[in-house]
Amino acid sequence: MTHGTFELDGREVPFSPGQTILQAALAASVYIPHLCYHPEFKPHGSCKVCTVKVNGRPMSSCTTPAQEGQQVESNTPEINEARRTLVQFLFVEGNHFCPSCEQSGRCTLQATGYALGMTNPQFNPLFPNRPVDASHPDILLDFNRCILCELCVRASGEVDGKSVFALSGRGITKHLIVNAESGKLGDTELSVGDKAVEVCPVGVILRKRKGFDEPIGRRRYDIAAIDEFAAAAPKGGTP
Amino acid sequence: MTLSTSALGGLLQRHQNDPSRLVQILREVQDANGVISPRDVTELAQALGLPRARVEGVAGFYSFLSTVPRGQYRVLFSDNITDQLQGSHALRDSLCHAFEVHLDELSRDGLVSIGATSCTGLGDQGPALLVNGRAIGRLDPGRIGVIAALIRGRTPLDRWPKELFAVTDTIHRADLLLASRLEPGEAIDAAIVRGAQGTIEEVKQSRLRGRGGAGFSTATKWEACRVTPGPERFVVCNADEGEPGTFKDRVLLRQFADLVVEGMTVCAWAVGAQKGFIYLRGEYLFLLDHLEAVLQRRREAGLLGHHLRDQETFDFDVEVHLGAGAYVCGEESALIESLEGKRGIPRNRPPYPVTHGYKQKPTVVNNVETLAAAALIARHGAAWFTAKGTATSAGTKIHSVSGDVARPGLYELPWGTTIAELLELAGAKNTQAVQVGGPSGVCLASDGFKRRFGFEDVPTAGAFMVFDSSRAMVEVAENFARFFAHESCGFCTPCRVGTTLMHRALQRIVAGHGTKRDLKELKYVAQLLKVASHCGLGTTAGNPVLDTLERFRPSYQRRIRSFDVLPSFDLDQALAPAREITGRDDPEAHFEEDAP
Repeated sequence: MTHGTFELDGREVPFSPGQTILQAALAASVYIPHLCYHPEFKPHGSCKVCTVKVNGRPMSSCTTPAQEGQQVESNTPEINEARRTLVQFLFVEGNHFCPSCEQSGRCTLQATGYALGMTNPQFNPLFPNRPVDASHPDILLDFNRCILCELCVRASGEVDGKSVFALSGRGITKHLIVNAESGKLGDTELSVGDKAVEVCPVGVILRKRKGFDEPIGRRRYDIAAIDEFAAAAPKGGTP
Repeated sequence: MTLSTSALGGLLQRHQNDPSRLVQILREVQDANGVISPRDVTELAQALGLPRARVEGVAGFYSFLSTVPRGQYRVLFSDNITDQLQGSHALRDSLCHAFEVHLDELSRDGLVSIGATSCTGLGDQGPALLVNGRAIGRLDPGRIGVIAALIRGRTPLDRWPKELFAVTDTIHRADLLLASRLEPGEAIDAAIVRGAQGTIEEVKQSRLRGRGGAGFSTATKWEACRVTPGPERFVVCNADEGEPGTFKDRVLLRQFADLVVEGMTVCAWAVGAQKGFIYLRGEYLFLLDHLEAVLQRRREAGLLGHHLRDQETFDFDVEVHLGAGAYVCGEESALIESLEGKRGIPRNRPPYPVTHGYKQKPTVVNNVETLAAAALIARHGAAWFTAKGTATSAGTKIHSVSGDVARPGLYELPWGTTIAELLELAGAKNTQAVQVGGPSGVCLASDGFKRRFGFEDVPTAGAFMVFDSSRAMVEVAENFARFFAHESCGFCTPCRVGTTLMHRALQRIVAGHGTKRDLKELKYVAQLLKVASHCGLGTTAGNPVLDTLERFRPSYQRRIRSFDVLPSFDLDQALAPAREITGRDDPEAHFEEDAP
C-alpha cells in the first residue's frame, strides 16, 4: 500500500507506512550503498555508508522514516566521497586482503568499494592483531575481516534464538565475541545451518571444507556490480 | 581469582537478580575482586537470565570494569590536558619506574598496574589520579612517593592518610545558584501551590535551557514528558560530568545536593514521575556516601517517599546509579542504556527519551545544574531568574576554570559576560587560547576574547581551560584527540575509526613525523565526523582539530620537519621492541635528522 512519495535525486519514490528511506528506495530498485542493513532485520544505522541528505541534513537512510515530500539527495559526488571514505575506514580498520580471501567476489564490502570507485585504502592501515578461531568443527571465524555490522549478532539472537555472537570492547577496540566461557566458537551452540552463518556480508564466518567451491571470476559480484543487483531485483535489496 | 558463588549470590540478591542493574552488579564484583573473571561472567549471566556474551560485552565496554586481572592497586592517572600540562606524564612515568612496570602492564607480583583515564573532574586541583576508584589530587613528586610507599607496604586503602583523598571546593564567584540558601521543601511547596501545569509554565517563563551543553528548553522537555500517556515516568539527573575540564557538578552535588534533589522532585511533580535516578559518574565515587545520606535525610523529612507534602498522588523517590568510566554515557540516550544495564550506546532518535526513555517510558534527563536552577525558579519565580543574563540566555552559568590561571575554581556569572572578563577574574596572564565547553566545545584565540557566553554567541557546558603563550596548541589538540579516540563508543564507523585516525595523525605531528598530507587528512576526517557520526561525541570530536588548525596553524607547522618527503615511518618506534629485548641501541641504527 502506497502511503506517499518523496523525492530521491529528482525521482519520485513511493513508500508504504513504516518504511525507511533506504527500504523504500530498494523497493523502487534504487541503490543506496549500505553494509549493516539487511532486509530481514530491523535497521540500526551503524555503518553510516547509507548516509543521505534529507532536506539538506545528513541522515542514515536505513533508520530515517520516509515522509511525504522529503527531498533526499543520495547519488552526489559529495555524498559518494564520504561513503567511499567510510568504506576505506573499514578497510584500514581490519585486515582485508581481497586476493587471498575466500569471499572475494561475493563480499559486500569489496563490492561496495568497487561501486564507490575505491581504488586504494587512502589511510594508514591499523593492522590489528586478530587471531582466527578454528575451534568449531564446521565453521571458521576470521575476525580480521569483521566490519562490526552486527548482522550475525542480530541473526543469532532474533532468528536462531542462540545469541552466539555479541560485541565487546569500545571504540577502535570494539570486537566480536562468542557466547562461551572459553571464548571459543567450538564451545557455542552455533551450527552450520544457522542464519548467523549465512548472513555475514564479509569473510568472517566461513563454512569449513567449502573453500573456493565456486571459482573466483564467476561469483556474484564478478558477474555484475552490486548496484546492478539492486536495480534488477526490486523489493529484495542486497545482498 | 573468582568471587565465591555465595558472595556472588548475596550480591545478586541485593540487586534482586535484576538484569537492568547489571552495570551496578559488575561494579561491585570488580570492587570486591579487582577483576570480573570468565567464571563470574558465566555465573552472573545464568543468574540474570542473560546470554553470557551480553554480560561480557557490558563488562568490556566500561573503562573501570576489567575482565583481565589488574593490579591489587589499580592506579589510573587523569589524562586531561590540564593534568598533562602540570606534569602528570612525568609523575606517571616515575611511578611506573618505581614499580618497574610499563603503562597498562600488570606488575609481576600482581601488586600494581598503572594506566590512564579520562579527566577525573579535579581540574582545579590536578594533576590527579584514581587508585582503585578513589580520587587523589594535587599530585607532586612528594605525594607520588607517599603513594608508592603505601602500595609497596600493601596498606589497605582505608588506612591511607585521609588527607590524600581530600577534595576541596573553591567558589570564587557565586550568583543565583551558588549563593542560594533554600530550606529543603520550599521549592516543592511552591511548585505544589502553582500546580503541575503552573510549574511548567513558570519554568517556561524563566526561559531555562539545559546546562549540559545542548541548551534545549527545559520546560519543553518537561511538557513533552508530561503529555506522553503512560502509567510510569522517570526523572534522571545527569551527573555523568565527563567533559574534560568540567567540575561544577562535583561542587553542586557536594555543597548543594539538597537543591539538586529538590529540583528533581519539582520536576517529578510537574511531569508526574514516581521514580528518579542520579547517574553519578564513577570518578565521583567519593560523593556517593554523601548523596545517599542526603537522600535518606530527605526520606526521613518526608521530602521523598509516599504522599509527599500530603499530596495523594505525589510519590517520588531517588536512587543513585554509578557510572563505570564512559564519557559517552553523558549523552542522554546512552545514559539510559547504561541505567538499563547495557553498553552505553546512544540510541537512534526519534523517538526521544521524553517519550521513550528508561525502559521505554517517558523520561526527563536533566543536567545537575539545570535541576538546581529549576528548584530555585520554582521557589523564587521566573522573573527572579530572567533578571540576569541575556534575552536568549536567561540566568547565570557556572564555569569550571582551570589551566594557566592564578585562581582556578568555580565562577558563576550571568550569561552575556565576556571571555575577557572571566580571564581577568581568574587571574590569567599572557593567555594564548581558551577552550570553552571542553574538547567538544570551541577553542578561541585572543581575537575571540571579546565574545560573550551565551547560546547566541559562545555556548558552554561549563568547562573553561586556559592556555598561556608557553603552550603548544598542537599538543592540546593531540590530547583532545586521544580523549575522543578513547571514549568513542565504537558504534558508528566514522567516529570509531575517524577518532583513531585523527589521533594517530596528531601523534605523528607532535613527534615530528608529520607531513603536510597529515594536515589535509586531519581536516578532512574532522569534517567527515561532523556530518556522518551517530551522536554528539562524533560530531564534535573534530572541533579541537578544526579550531586549532584554523587559529594556531603555526603550532602544527613548527612540528613538520619536511614538506617534501613522507617521514611518517618512525624507525625508532619500529625498532623499540627489538632494542628492548636485546638491550642494544646502536648509534648507527638511527636515521640522520634532516634539516628542517
